[in-house]
Amino acid sequence: MSALTIPAVTFDHVSKAFGTKQVLRDISFEVAPGEILCILGRSGTGKSVTLKLLMSLIKPDDGRILVQGEEITCLKEAGISKVRRKMGFLFQDAALFDSLSLYENLALPLLRLTDKSQDEINAIIDKVLGQVQLSGDKAKMPASLSGGMRKRAGLARALVLEPKILLADEPSSGLDRITAAEIDELLLLQKAEHQTTVIVVTHDVHGARRVGDRFAVFDTGNLVAFGTASEVEQSENETARKLISEF
Amino acid sequence: MFKLIEFVGNVSAFAFRVVVDLFRPPFEGEQIMRQLAEIGYRSLPLVIASGFALGAVMTLHTRSMLVTFGASSMIPAVQAMAFFLEIGPLLAGLLLAGRVGSGIGAVLANMRASEQIDGIESLSIDSFKFLVVPRVVACVIALPLLTLFMDFSGLMGGCLSEFFSSGSSFYLYMTRAFSTMEWSNFIPPTLKTAVFGFIIGVVSAFFGYTTNEGAQGVGKAATYSVVVSSLFIILADVILIKFIFFVFPENAI
Repeated sequence: MSALTIPAVTFDHVSKAFGTKQVLRDISFEVAPGEILCILGRSGTGKSVTLKLLMSLIKPDDGRILVQGEEITCLKEAGISKVRRKMGFLFQDAALFDSLSLYENLALPLLRLTDKSQDEINAIIDKVLGQVQLSGDKAKMPASLSGGMRKRAGLARALVLEPKILLADEPSSGLDRITAAEIDELLLLQKAEHQTTVIVVTHDVHGARRVGDRFAVFDTGNLVAFGTASEVEQSENETARKLISEF
Repeated sequence: MFKLIEFVGNVSAFAFRVVVDLFRPPFEGEQIMRQLAEIGYRSLPLVIASGFALGAVMTLHTRSMLVTFGASSMIPAVQAMAFFLEIGPLLAGLLLAGRVGSGIGAVLANMRASEQIDGIESLSIDSFKFLVVPRVVACVIALPLLTLFMDFSGLMGGCLSEFFSSGSSFYLYMTRAFSTMEWSNFIPPTLKTAVFGFIIGVVSAFFGYTTNEGAQGVGKAATYSVVVSSLFIILADVILIKFIFFVFPENAI
């Protein structure tokens, strides 16, 4: 089987509960390499949990999760670490380390996980910061960045190791339309230039329709619709139809 | 009771993981230096000021008592013994439990609440090794050093107090202070603070790293870090003193 025919991500009957609250119920879907999947749904329906499961930050109660054909649910710490290197994660609030400058935030994974020289690291950081238009801010501390800048800095950190799979948790939340559109452009650029698989959790239907190839709609822990925008629009599920067509 | 046993078990497992991870590469030299600066260097003003003030006050109190018995020349020796054997190590431990313990607890809890710890994990970096181990190591190294500063600033405070009370010279005060001191009075009590440092680091990091209560957990982690660290330090002090007396029986007389 060629690399292109192996799904980048597979969820196979995955369930997850926190205490008595069932967050995900028997979720199954696949994401093709180089595809952008947008996960839509109301708050508290398990969208962010899906990303954290994929990053192995939490473990599923049932089911299997595969990344590029490799099952990650049964991996030990070293194996998980290896799989995580293929992925980048843009957190909802960027999750930059507030004790490190923007430059140090980006340099940290490069210094620890690669054997690149200082010059190579500087070149990569300059390139990535240029992409997110933060070239002049690398000495700043995260606390002194605005919300939009922090989000772009978080994206830069997620991209610095050139991930094959990029996970973005509400990349446009709290941003004005122009900044949100800039983030969307960066996701599209990442897909076009590096064939990166992107999974975006979002409430922004405008943005989702602009960048998404396919859409997954979650409702009360269930995957109620999956497909292209037009397929979801014709879904039997009312919530899915409302979410995808909301303008 | 069951919860207490569960808590002690969890903290012990956490402490064991710290020790194991300490000897597992990659070694976090840069992070340890960063934490040493934060925990050690930045605690110096508090430790020196507290030691100096306590030394001066203690001398004033012991002076009135010893003068009654015509033993005012013993003031420096009493002061030195008190500081090196008990006051310096214990006070340094408790002060650091307050300043550093609350800091470690709050910082790690905040990092957990703001997903920074998940952020570190997502970069394939072991957050426990990166955040917890350097803080514990820095506490273990910093506490004995800060205790020395506490001891000597206490003596300086006492010396100054004596200078104004009786005109005693610095040289005379120090000569008398160390006339009855032996290495066994100095080294074991100072080194026992490494255990205090380990307690502060492990307990505070435990509360901060394992919290899952969001912003509310930050305040709780800071408070519990100080309270539990202080209790454990006092308890450990009793045990360690018995241990020192067992190893150095001449100190027990």
